[in-house]
Amino acid sequence: MSASPPGSLGSGQRAKRRNPLVPLKPPSVPPSGRSRAAQGLTAAAALGILALQRCEDCGAVQYPPRDACVQCLSAKLRWRPMRVGGELLSETLIRHGQELFFRHRAPFRAGLVRLDDGPSAIVALHRDCEPAPSRLRVRLVLDKAGQALMIGLPEKDTPDMADDSLIRDTTCAPRARKVLITDAKTKLGRTMVEALLAAGAELVWAGFAAPWKPSPHLDALGALEPVTLVPLDVSDETSVRELAGSIGGKVDILINTAEYHRPGTISSRPGVETARAEMEVNYFGLLRLTQAFSPALKARAADAPVSSTAWVNILSTRALSNDPAHGTFSASKAAAFSLTQALRADLQASGIRVINVFPGPIEDEWNALVPPPKLSPAALAKAVVDALERGLEDVYPGEIAKDLIARFLENPKALERELSG
Amino acid sequence: MSSPVLTHLVSDIVAGRLRVVDLTHTLAPEFPPIVLPPEFGESAPVRIEEASRYDARGPAWYWNNLSFGEHTGTHFDAPIHWVTGRDLPNNATDTICLDKFIASASVIDCTREAGEDADYLLSVAKLRAFEERHGRILPRSWVLMRTDWSKRASDPVAFQNFDETGQHTPGPDVEAVRFLVEERDVIGFGTETIGTDAGQASHLRPPYPCHALMHGAGRFGLQCLTNLDLLPPTGAVLIAAPLKIRQGSGSPLRVLALVAA
Repeated sequence: MSASPPGSLGSGQRAKRRNPLVPLKPPSVPPSGRSRAAQGLTAAAALGILALQRCEDCGAVQYPPRDACVQCLSAKLRWRPMRVGGELLSETLIRHGQELFFRHRAPFRAGLVRLDDGPSAIVALHRDCEPAPSRLRVRLVLDKAGQALMIGLPEKDTPDMADDSLIRDTTCAPRARKVLITDAKTKLGRTMVEALLAAGAELVWAGFAAPWKPSPHLDALGALEPVTLVPLDVSDETSVRELAGSIGGKVDILINTAEYHRPGTISSRPGVETARAEMEVNYFGLLRLTQAFSPALKARAADAPVSSTAWVNILSTRALSNDPAHGTFSASKAAAFSLTQALRADLQASGIRVINVFPGPIEDEWNALVPPPKLSPAALAKAVVDALERGLEDVYPGEIAKDLIARFLENPKALERELSG
Repeated sequence: MSSPVLTHLVSDIVAGRLRVVDLTHTLAPEFPPIVLPPEFGESAPVRIEEASRYDARGPAWYWNNLSFGEHTGTHFDAPIHWVTGRDLPNNATDTICLDKFIASASVIDCTREAGEDADYLLSVAKLRAFEERHGRILPRSWVLMRTDWSKRASDPVAFQNFDETGQHTPGPDVEAVRFLVEERDVIGFGTETIGTDAGQASHLRPPYPCHALMHGAGRFGLQCLTNLDLLPPTGAVLIAAPLKIRQGSGSPLRVLALVAA
């Protein structure tokens, strides 16, 4: 479907350069109106799960989402993960669309699929799906507008299947893309750079603040050919603006790893200076980055052959409910989390995905007193790459994070009490 | 009533018979700040954020909001900065007697020693050798340790000069500080590095002698000075007045030196 798919490149290879005389294509997104019930699909797609409503009374699985059971009219519908297979019953080729987004992509395949858990659904079909009748894999993904879209994939992986525009429009794969990692001086930063390179990023800009503080991680990265070390102090407006002026128009994926963390209860340290330093990096730093980097990111969202695609925030489960042993840090991450929602709203119209990652305690010096299990930087970096490749929006990497989000969703007040114990 | 001294001072400056030398680095976010082990409270960095720049935030005017720690850029240390000086009278930036902000300066050239050894410590012997050539250090005068360290300022890594054992920058040894305070009655000690003390001064006895002994005796410090190579060994007059911060422990400031052309 695509004229020059970046996916046909090997890892580390360069995409064909853009013709600078051709006007930049403005980004377009598919229609985003959804019922409130249908937002349940969006929540599942944000996590990369195929979930549908199931009736608590009669067991019927519902599609499309609704307020009362299609069989028994019970209102007790609960979102449950579903099996990800189905039978393609029939298909059609859509050659024309009223929406600008679909016009740019026509012709494309759409099919009627009977899901293994019961209901039938119209899905967008990958180009490599076998003609009906055939088995296929069903996924719930986020489209360019950030809304849930059900897609059908061939039952087994096919060569270059990531080149299909259906995949490219719903994922943010790092392959052949240029990535900025805002702080690469830490173990996490270094691991993130290495993971993005391994995932096929063309080049990585590795940010560093306070150049006088030695960092073995930065030294190691500086030796790698596809890595460029760039000065970046997110607590300094000038520094952020200068870097954006230099590379802002090239960044396809921004991963904000910059973090300031000092453990302690709020009564353990007098004054606000440490809390302010946390806010300067974790909250205002993010705000400075958004102001400096999002304009060019938005403008290049439909660039070809390689487009800007995603903004990744490393937040914390402590952003959801305060961990009093890290009181001010939790508050700064909660502020950052709130800002990422505004950022998501701002980037939505251009189709740039905002990926929020909520790790539990990471293995670093600031969580030294937190008992294991803790999330390793490698596991966190792997989760980020996975989220980019699958186009997720909310990521809870590791067992601690999964446990915390489950407890939070089930009863936020209970979690507050549990964390204060 | 006019004073002929003041009249001459101004006319000599206007006529170029007196030069004004700027001993100050530009106050900017990228200028290296003091770094403490992370378990301690940290100095806020220098930040300059626009309030408006002839734009929607203020169509005809440009201005910034500034924030910084008291010990950033080229800065002044008041006696209250150190625990040894905390109970002295007139020990803070707003209470120090004004006449102490103008004083002559001796410039001890340690460029060769500091060039050979980043941990070089200025000794009493070095001070006595200076006095043999240039005369006795005057009471109530500044002693400035010239190392040309300021020439590293464009390279923050070389300027800070950290390795796994900490910072390596030159400074005075314990006896030199004691000598300047007790036997020469100086007004203060100035350096081109981030501290008036050497980078490894936490291992001296007492630790940080220039802070402990100078401030304990009500004397001052000047650090991150530049252009000391433009000063004569003796005869320069420093104008070094910190901001009048209530109970300030120090302040970034403009340090001017008047020297004969």
